[in-house]
Amino acid sequence: MARERLNKGFAEMFKNGVIMDVTNVEQSRIAEEAGACAVMALERVPSDIRSDGQVARMSDPAMIQSIMDAVTIPVMAKVRIGHFMEARILQAMGVDFVDESEVLTPADEARHVDKSQFEVPFVCGARNLGEALRRIDEGAVMVRTKGEAGTGNIVNAVTHSRAITEELQALKGMDEHQLSQLAGEMRVPILLVKETRDLGRLSVVNFAAGGIATPADSALMMAMGSDGVFVGSGIFKSETPAKMAHAIVQSVIHYQDPAKLVEISKGLGSAMIGLENSALDVKMAERGV
Amino acid sequence: MKVGLLGLQGAFLDHIPHFDHLGVAHTIVRDNKGLDEIDCLVIPGGESTVMSKFLKEFGMLSHLKDCIAGGMPVWGVCAGSILLAETVDGEPGTLGSLPIKITRNAYGRQIDSRRHLIDIPLFGRHDFQAVFIRAPRIEVTDNKVVVHAVLGEDPVFVQKGSVMATTFHPELNEDHQFHEYFLSL
Repeated sequence: MARERLNKGFAEMFKNGVIMDVTNVEQSRIAEEAGACAVMALERVPSDIRSDGQVARMSDPAMIQSIMDAVTIPVMAKVRIGHFMEARILQAMGVDFVDESEVLTPADEARHVDKSQFEVPFVCGARNLGEALRRIDEGAVMVRTKGEAGTGNIVNAVTHSRAITEELQALKGMDEHQLSQLAGEMRVPILLVKETRDLGRLSVVNFAAGGIATPADSALMMAMGSDGVFVGSGIFKSETPAKMAHAIVQSVIHYQDPAKLVEISKGLGSAMIGLENSALDVKMAERGV
Repeated sequence: MKVGLLGLQGAFLDHIPHFDHLGVAHTIVRDNKGLDEIDCLVIPGGESTVMSKFLKEFGMLSHLKDCIAGGMPVWGVCAGSILLAETVDGEPGTLGSLPIKITRNAYGRQIDSRRHLIDIPLFGRHDFQAVFIRAPRIEVTDNKVVVHAVLGEDPVFVQKGSVMATTFHPELNEDHQFHEYFLSL
């Protein structure tokens, strides 16, 4: 954990920004030009992973490298849950941030990567406070809601964000005994639970992800207390990706100003096609608890 | 006295505990109206490409340049120092308010980011733990620029008149010396 402070500090720099999924050099340039504060390099956006239904793995390092060479903003990439070897490979190639992600097919059904053993920073998904604290305890320096990636449906991100907020709120009124019991249930050290209670928020940066498809969606997540947003399929599965990307970035800056959101939301063409929860064969959010 | 925090992207909220501790009012600035309501401005760490883009798009660039030229104190932190520089990677900088040349990401990617102990004679400090994150490198091009701290031979804390820049992140440290000094400009 020697680099904890450096990596936590790095995560702070993404705040109030948008991190965009990109699958090639051209998309990475569109994202940077639109105002993304980082890009996530992956071979297929989540909606394609979902419809393909095949095992999804770490992307080809050559493809990730081509994006690292193309943009000056930080580049993130995904590893399968528990796949510490994919993480070692990404660290060795100098990727700026690793997302241990439920969007890829899990490699280990029992354990996540022991992120405290790495120099590269990690972000992980969470549906509730217990998942968030377990990932922080394992060494994640950034947490994001899982949402339900590749659906263009914001409902799950809202559920996860609210769950974390409400559980943080509940911590405030707990006595020693209750905190100790909760730490046991969550399988995390009591010190981490107390630190979180004292801060009144997670001890790391907390982003929204999974289902953001419009500027109104990203503004909603900011208003619910997210520090920033990840947008996956929502940009390059929309009718006009460059415009949508730019609008989503602006909506994160101006989320408190509905009049500006009106202008930002105008004339963007169709957003990505959304999927109802009931239509899903795979719930990615249930992976890696 | 009101401090502005440029709120286009990045770690602007991280400065609030410092200014709260010093008992100074602050506000987040996202447009020209905001610029008119403040006495000094912090340009925070974050992504310089994003901040530069929206300063231009929101029509804030010339107004902010005028404010700085008119003597409004401004402090650029990391990405903020990139915005203030006269030259960035060989091209004209966004604000051009500080006669320095900047090389972005000069020390490498995040895996190369480091904490370094630096001396700051101005504050009588030895071994200040400075956090450098994908930091830019400064080259001073005007002898009117005062260098307050160096890392090896590279200036990392510079000032000219009421404009100051740090390539590291004092807002991530607990002490308030940098914020206090900025308020004295």
